[in-house]
Amino acid sequence: MTGAAEARVLELTGVDTFYGRAQILSDVSLEVRRSEVVALLGRNGAGKSTTIKSIIGLVRPAKGEIAFEGKPIQGLEPFQISRLGLGYVPEDRRVFTGLTVAENLEVGRQPRRENAPEWTPDKLFALFPNLAEMSDRLGGLMSGGEQQMLTIARTLMGNPTTMLLDEPSEGLAPVIVEQVAKTILDLKAHGLSILLSEQNLHLSTLVSDRAYIIEKGRIRYEGSMAELAENEEIRAAYLMV
Amino acid sequence: MADFIVSLLTGLSSAAAMFLVASGLSIIFGVTRIVNFAHGSFYMLGAYIGYTLVQTIGSTGIGFWTAVLIAAVAVGLIGVVMEILLLRRIYKAPELFQLIATFGVILVIQDVTLWVWGSEDLVGPQAPGLKGAVSILGKPIPEYDLALIAISPLVLVGLWALFKLTRWGTLVRAATQDRQMVAALGVNQRWLFTGVLFLGSALAGLGGAVQIPKGGADLLMDFNILAAAFVVVVVGGMGSILGAFWAALLFGILQTFGIQILPNSTLVLMFLVMAVVLIFRPWGLLGMPESLLQIPSGPPEQPLRPALPRVRALAGAACALLLVLPIVHLVFPEVVGTFTLVLVIEIMVFVLFAAALHFIMGPGGMVSFGHAAYFGGGAYAAALLVKFADAPFELAFWAAPLGGALLAFLFGWFCVRLSGVYFAMLTLAFAQIAWAFVFQDMPGSVLKTFGIADEFGTPLKITGGDDGLNDIWPSPWASTRISYYYITVGLSVAALWIMRRLLYAPFGYTLRAGRDSPLRAAAIGIDLTRHRWLAFAISGAFTGLAGALFLFSKGSIFPTTLEIARSFDALLMVMLGGVQSLFGPIFGAAALTWLNDLFSVLSYWRFLLGVTIIALVLLLPQGLAGFADTRPGRRLRLARPEETGA
Repeated sequence: MTGAAEARVLELTGVDTFYGRAQILSDVSLEVRRSEVVALLGRNGAGKSTTIKSIIGLVRPAKGEIAFEGKPIQGLEPFQISRLGLGYVPEDRRVFTGLTVAENLEVGRQPRRENAPEWTPDKLFALFPNLAEMSDRLGGLMSGGEQQMLTIARTLMGNPTTMLLDEPSEGLAPVIVEQVAKTILDLKAHGLSILLSEQNLHLSTLVSDRAYIIEKGRIRYEGSMAELAENEEIRAAYLMV
Repeated sequence: MADFIVSLLTGLSSAAAMFLVASGLSIIFGVTRIVNFAHGSFYMLGAYIGYTLVQTIGSTGIGFWTAVLIAAVAVGLIGVVMEILLLRRIYKAPELFQLIATFGVILVIQDVTLWVWGSEDLVGPQAPGLKGAVSILGKPIPEYDLALIAISPLVLVGLWALFKLTRWGTLVRAATQDRQMVAALGVNQRWLFTGVLFLGSALAGLGGAVQIPKGGADLLMDFNILAAAFVVVVVGGMGSILGAFWAALLFGILQTFGIQILPNSTLVLMFLVMAVVLIFRPWGLLGMPESLLQIPSGPPEQPLRPALPRVRALAGAACALLLVLPIVHLVFPEVVGTFTLVLVIEIMVFVLFAAALHFIMGPGGMVSFGHAAYFGGGAYAAALLVKFADAPFELAFWAAPLGGALLAFLFGWFCVRLSGVYFAMLTLAFAQIAWAFVFQDMPGSVLKTFGIADEFGTPLKITGGDDGLNDIWPSPWASTRISYYYITVGLSVAALWIMRRLLYAPFGYTLRAGRDSPLRAAAIGIDLTRHRWLAFAISGAFTGLAGALFLFSKGSIFPTTLEIARSFDALLMVMLGGVQSLFGPIFGAAALTWLNDLFSVLSYWRFLLGVTIIALVLLLPQGLAGFADTRPGRRLRLARPEETGA
């Protein structure tokens, strides 16, 4: 790493996002550095998913700047943003239920990229062994945990340099959450940068380097994950239900 | 047995064109979520282009099939042009608005076809090499029929391979389920959509081209096949190609056998089969329940709110103007001529028609593609009462709203169980059946079957078929132009007021709740199906009332009042006006009736109307009433100022 500016892979500055007339995000600024796992924590409805969707372009911010690898990306179409190497793993998995596992992976396939690990179905099957056993199964006939793995694998087929993971632990059994944590660490080891939106503090603590807390659409806290794990007061204020 | 086999083969061969068109419609809908009204027009273009090509290069077997394929590709390219120039700009517009745009395309294609190929029906040449007949069980079967029978399975296998074995096909199937996710994975949907439009349109073109040797080409092909294709798609299941295949075969066979059992009964048989299928499988033979289909998430509907004082004042002024118009006519006939009064009567009839359709469409979220059934159906009820029971005007008139309501009650029972596109398709299919009932004089032909005739032995005519029913006028007191004007204006304004009251009553809230969130509405104890059914019948009653006003203003009634084009007129009025405004249908009906009147003196008026519609769609994607929300509209203070967020 030569400098802080260059190390910044993803940077949001003063982002405002609206759904109709309702303002969801107010002045959200955050950054993800290279090969770093950053947790975006907050309660239900705090604005985590909207932040992620604003980055990938599924909703358009009304104000503010979003830069990926130093280039502004706000206003681009989702497919253009994705092709820059930003992989999106959606909140509710959104597996293509009528397609087989192998076909789901095919949909995610994009040409290889120089600065990112190259994934093939075989490599992904090595990473997610249970997917290998069911490559002909329809996405709709898989369990929630299997679908979550498939969603991550599908996004990896695009050979991203950075991943946006939107609540990957939602609705999964603790043992599967452990598996998700292991996967995230694996990906970090491959050099990927990750923005992880989560409610699960346990998972976030296991994998994240830094954390932001968002509440009512505003960033309320920024610091290292270790600090946050120590800080009972902040956790009580923004994360406890 | 031999007869049976022959009928079966004939049925199978007539299924080919139906399958090709329906599968194309299904594919386009699956991915783009656009119901391409222009699909029937593509089928017609396929026939015309194919005809010209076959005339030029089709003298040999290879030449013939090359011509057919080129015609399909050409129509596919026309679909691509439509996608790039038109659809691409409006994918984000409200779903209904896309429908009007493709309707504009129908009108344009109709007139372009008329201009290029003329109005004469073209009789197709026989296919070289397949002119003969083969003998099967001693019966001759045209060789071309056998070729047609082979085409459907070939295309089916080809499509299966395309969708199952290619990356493009995988992407298309994924996009059918979740477009947004496919985009977020880096797929440029634009080319996917363009490709799908090419494929779907080319299939329609192929369907049109292959049937030339059997049916030739004529200018009515577009709407005729559209209704059949909708029925096939609904029965097969939206988005299911295999479903379209089986449904097309089913109807092909049914048609052949139906003709033998009861002539003119084919559409009724189609209706019965469709009804049976939909009772047991509301989403068609192989379709997915709609909840599993991706519903495009547009912006939330703006709540209906009482009109602003200024708008109310405008409405009041309009009513006052309507009241004094005949007086002005009497005093200054050169300023307000007879023609103006006639035009206002016509406008008010369609304002009422459009408002009644809007009643279920806007607040109810039920888009009926076949409302002409209740308009014409009501009018026919009144006309038949006058013709066969000598009912006085005062009594017969009310038979129309009653008839409209009863018909809507009957058809509605099936329709309201479905929603969205299924609902729309089903209403269209029912309307086509009502049209066929009148057009083919079904009651008359039933009487004929039982040998019932008048004293001279000539078969009885009931609906009169194509000739319609004539000489039906109001009582003398109501038949002067001015008194009929006041009857029309009075009844339609009263009906508009009643509908408005209903929509602001708990009944209207319930409808809107059901539209915005059916599950939540059901969870708080609302019997949604019953409310929707009732709303549909009420709408049918008011539509029938409009039909009565229409009937007695013209003095005659023809099957054209029930045809698809009439249903689409009403749809267009509502959508041009703006669906989520109570004034929308009023503006839309007035504007369209006036435009129709203005253009109808021109020889290519359909073209002009189509272009106008397309231009309006591109320029005013919220409808004419949406004008109030534009900058000039706000300056006139027709809409509320933007509310600032908390």
